[in-house]
Amino acid sequence: MAKAVTDSDFDKEVIQSPLPVLVDFWAPWCGPCRAVGPVIEELSVEYEGKMSIFKINVDENPGTSAKYGIRAIPTMIIFNKGQMVDQLTGVQSKTNLKNILSQKVFGE
Amino acid sequence: MRRFGAVVVGAGPAGMSAALYLARFGINTALVEQLAPGGLLLQTSAVENYPGFPKGIQGYELADFMSEQLSPYTNLSRIQGGLSEFKIAEGRKLLHIDDEWLEADAVIICSGVRYRKLGLPNEDFLLGRGISHCALCDGNFFKGQIVGVAGGGNSAVGESLHLAKIVSRLHLIHRRDAFRAAPFEVDRIKQTTNIVFELNTIITALHGEKQLEGISLKRLDTGKEEFLPLDGLFVFVGFDPVSGFLPEEISRDSQGFIVTDTEMRTNIPGIFAAGDIRAKLCRQIVTAVGEGATAANAVNIYLEHAHG
Repeated sequence: MAKAVTDSDFDKEVIQSPLPVLVDFWAPWCGPCRAVGPVIEELSVEYEGKMSIFKINVDENPGTSAKYGIRAIPTMIIFNKGQMVDQLTGVQSKTNLKNILSQKVFGE
Repeated sequence: MRRFGAVVVGAGPAGMSAALYLARFGINTALVEQLAPGGLLLQTSAVENYPGFPKGIQGYELADFMSEQLSPYTNLSRIQGGLSEFKIAEGRKLLHIDDEWLEADAVIICSGVRYRKLGLPNEDFLLGRGISHCALCDGNFFKGQIVGVAGGGNSAVGESLHLAKIVSRLHLIHRRDAFRAAPFEVDRIKQTTNIVFELNTIITALHGEKQLEGISLKRLDTGKEEFLPLDGLFVFVGFDPVSGFLPEEISRDSQGFIVTDTEMRTNIPGIFAAGDIRAKLCRQIVTAVGEGATAANAVNIYLEHAHG
């Protein structure tokens, strides 16, 4: 399961994470967010131990959403060593996300 | 390689309806979807034209109901994965899903459509930075702000009604002087006081370095160009078929939609299509589910003839 992260622990869990991180900005009433839900869950299993996958509810955590200028969901932001590596908006296929992670995080 | 009597590609309304009927015919069926079930329904706010829901229903709720209705059928496999290759070889139909090949006696293509882009420079970058294709998802980020909606069909008009309740002002930008949307809904937007009509008008440029700041408009009747400051722009200017994976021998129209007969048969025996991917005029949830059932029935007849 992709873990939930909040405004209060975002810095500790994401920015200070020793592993690369993918954060899925979502909301329960957002259909496309629900569409990518299964993809995010599969990635969290496939990349276990290699990177952390988090979900953040934009309704409950407006601070982080505002900080990263989120104006559409789902938006996925990839962090490595506290730095933003890439930002993707809209429904993404697993293949596309894996390709981006390979190129931009794991340098394959 | 797993083998199925029928493989349905795509779990939107057409695909889920087809799978329901195939399962009830007793056919060993696979329903393939790379995302959660629902297709474009998941991007639709209030659905008011689907019979049986007198108060309307949210698209994602209807998607959940359709998906749940498939759960009792043990002869239906739900396969989560993306279709990367589809081959027809000596009458065999082979589909590559993630790391696996499936073989099917019959295939129903229900891969649907995706929202069309405006085709302007900077559009991909600004998607998610002010540009959106989902009013339900992203409307709340523009509370009290000024947004544009591009388009004149059912999506543009219906989603404008949703957005107008959230934003301070909405500019509805349409290249013609009349709307294709249902007159009932058009009357509603005309009565909405914070919707400004920009008719006979096209968008010629998108502005903003970090996020959308405005757009350039061109008035088609006068040729005049002007700048319109906007916080957000919702784009509903039509649909493109999701058909990149299809074998070339399947007949399509000039826009890439699959041509079928009234029983949803394509030009290739054993391959059928249903829903928004078909070449047709009316793209609605209610037509998609009807076509799914018709296609499943045609598959049942095809398999009976093929296997005696």
